[in-house]
Formats: sequence, C-alpha cells, structure tokens
Amino acid sequence: MSNGVTTQRIIINTTINGEPREFLADERDSLLEALRERIGLTGVKEGCNNGNCGACSVILDGRLVNSCVVMAAEVEGSEITTVEGLAQAEKLHPLQQAFLEDAALQCGICTPGFLVSAKALLDHNPHPTEDEARFWLAGNLCRCTGYDKIIRAVLHAADEMNGNAG
Amino acid sequence: MQAVKYARASSIGDAIKLLQEGGPAARVLAGGTDVIVQARERRRDIDLFVDIKRVPEVMAIDFGDGVTIGAGVPLYQIYEDERIARAYPALIESAHVIGGTAIQGRATLGGNLCNSSPAADSIPAMMVLRGVANIAGPNGEREVAVDEFCTGPGRNVLEVGEFVVSIRLPQPPEHSGSAWQRFIPRNEMDIAVANAGSMLVLDGDTVTDARIALGAVAPTPLLVQEAADALIGRPLTDETIAAAAAASRAAANPIDDMRGSVKQRKHLTGVLTERTLRTAAERARA
Repeated sequence: MSNGVTTQRIIINTTINGEPREFLADERDSLLEALRERIGLTGVKEGCNNGNCGACSVILDGRLVNSCVVMAAEVEGSEITTVEGLAQAEKLHPLQQAFLEDAALQCGICTPGFLVSAKALLDHNPHPTEDEARFWLAGNLCRCTGYDKIIRAVLHAADEMNGNAG
Repeated sequence: MQAVKYARASSIGDAIKLLQEGGPAARVLAGGTDVIVQARERRRDIDLFVDIKRVPEVMAIDFGDGVTIGAGVPLYQIYEDERIARAYPALIESAHVIGGTAIQGRATLGGNLCNSSPAADSIPAMMVLRGVANIAGPNGEREVAVDEFCTGPGRNVLEVGEFVVSIRLPQPPEHSGSAWQRFIPRNEMDIAVANAGSMLVLDGDTVTDARIALGAVAPTPLLVQEAADALIGRPLTDETIAAAAAASRAAANPIDDMRGSVKQRKHLTGVLTERTLRTAAERARA
C-alpha cells in the first residue's frame, strides 16, 4: 500500500483538557488517531472517519471540530477538549448527569461526541431553544435513540446550568 | 491514513515554494474537510499537505471596496460577521448549510471553491455576488472570476504551485439583493440535489442587473446568462421571473444519480431560480 513517501515522527505541543501535553506523532496521523493511539484518550470515537458522524467531535481552540478531519500536526500550540475533560474529578458534568438521568444513550458509541458537541453548544449559547439544539447537533449521528432523549437531556442540562432546575 | 507528509507555510512565498517543490501531488490544507478524506480514501493522489493557515493573508477578513475573505477563514467566522451577513445574504445562506457545526468550524470558502465539486454550495452564491479568486503562484498573482474558476468535476484553473489566497466580493450596489437556496430531501447535512443563487439590482420595478447561478446540474457550477438576460431591462413580474426560470431549466444539464433524476433536477432548477429571485427582490426593496 506504500506510495513511496516516508513520513516523520514529530513532536507536538498542546494543552489537552487543561493540561500541557507534549506528544510524539507521525505526520500522517489525524488528530483522532493521535488522541486515541498516541495519547490514549479513547473516549474520542472513530465512527465514519470522513466527517459525517460526529463521534470524534472535540473542541479545538474553542470551536467544535471533527478530529478525523484534522491532522495532528496542525494542532501545535492549540487547546483541545475531549470528553475526558468534562467531568471534574468524581463529579460528572451536568450534561453527563442529564444523559444518565434522561436515558439519552443506548449503545454509547456516539455519546462522547454528543457530549462534547453539546458542551460546545452551551459554551456558545447557554440558553438554546430546541430548534437551535437540533441544528447544532445535526452533525452528530445516533443510530439507537431517535434523538429526542438526547435533545431533552441537553435542554435539561442547560436548565441545570442556568440554575433553573425544576 | 496513507503516507502524507505535512508542511506548514508561514507566508505566501513560502506556500508557493512548498507547493512547487511538492509538484502535482501536493495539496493545500485549509479546513481539511475534503482533502483529508480524499487522501485517506485515496480519491486523489496526495503525498504532501501544505498547511496555509499560518499565512496572515489567508486568515484575514478585510473590508475595503467590498470584502476580501481569506481562503482559510472558517465558515462560522463568515456567517457570524454581521457586516458580511448584511451585505451578502446569498453567501451566508450557503455557508450556514455546508455540513454541520463541526464542519463549519473548519471548512472554508477557499476549500469549497478549490475542491470544485459540481454540487458545491457556496460557489453559485459567490458567482452571483461577482466573487473573484485572488491566486498566488510562481509567476506572480492573478485574479480569476469565480464563474471561470471550475473547469470540470474536481478540476479548476490552478496550476502547480498556485493557490487561492483569498476571495474578493465587490460592494453590492444600492437597491440590490441576493439569495441562495438548495433542495435536499432532509433538513440538514446533505449534498445538494440542486441549488441556485440569484442577485438582482432594481430601479423601481425595473431590473437593471441580474445574476443567476446553479449548482449540481452540470459538470461545474453554472452562471446562466440567458436567465439574467430574461430580466435585465424589464420589469420584475411573474412573467419575467417565469422566463428566467425557464432559461435556468434549459441551461441545466444534470445527471441521473442516487440523489436525483435529470427530470427532477431540471424542475428544481426552475423552482429554485424563481424562489431565490423573489427573495432577492424583497431584499433589494428593503
């Protein structure tokens, strides 16, 4: 399968989930591959590997991206948030708590992507309407739940975070 | 991932040099949402990515006579910019529906143009807004109108060593309006079955200038001069709008594929021409 090109190992300096992180990657690695295989952050999932499903969603310098369509070499100097960065020690993030309470997952492979994508939504817009939440999350695919429970959990978490717990 | 090398350019000259040395299998990396997938799935022969996002001109939005948008500026920065949103609604309507949120965090107008898909969403919008690509290369700089940029599916006018630095949209005239729409069988996250953009300049009820462009109905996005000719110098009425829509249907030369049939695409082309003209007219009168 070789195309005759030899790629190099490169050192990449980043901040991941708030911690400075220097790691070694191959220049052909996608960010998804580097996060999972070089750093061990396996909460980042590979679904389609072509930017359609959102399972590999991470927040890169404050913006939601699909890590399968980012090269690891691009993130030198960047800040990255993965699902592993949501909980504070033993305390789940309100989104994680809401996903559990509202049964917003079944098989779970899409869940880290949804959580990260929803976090990016609430960082950007703490009071989303249902429509805004649905459009924001349109790039995250779930083949189990039918989405309603996920949307309800996101809106529930937004309420909790805004101090409006019913 | 197949073996692809990575190089980071820090200036326009640096990028040209890297692209020239890399030859035909070197590709510019901006948002990466098309080229990384193409490299992985071996749909293009790519052995070097030249990342242009550290080139200052590539990441800038400059307002002068109109707006110059760097080829590496992600879509969300474009649609979140109120000045762009006010002046170029057709562009914003297309930028809002290219992929989902995560794609819009990275994908660029420069990339959508250079990927040169017949179904590209932003290209017809840039065409009706008289967009011009600012190209840099080994022989200096040149400008190419967006409507002359694509030469076939996935092909364009760029030579080895050249890349698009930015896209300039001229200031829209007074009493002008633009609009863009696409048809897909779901609400979000799909490739156009057909799309269309319109731009109108009105003097009272008379059309003094018009541009209509279509996507996903020919080997390249298509500027339809015959549709504009059906309107220019005439009052904007149901009849002249119908004549423009008929000209669009006649110009469309689509294929049958899993997304739609020739018949459906030609029909949609007429419908989208009419709807975008009516919206553009409302905006021109506002």
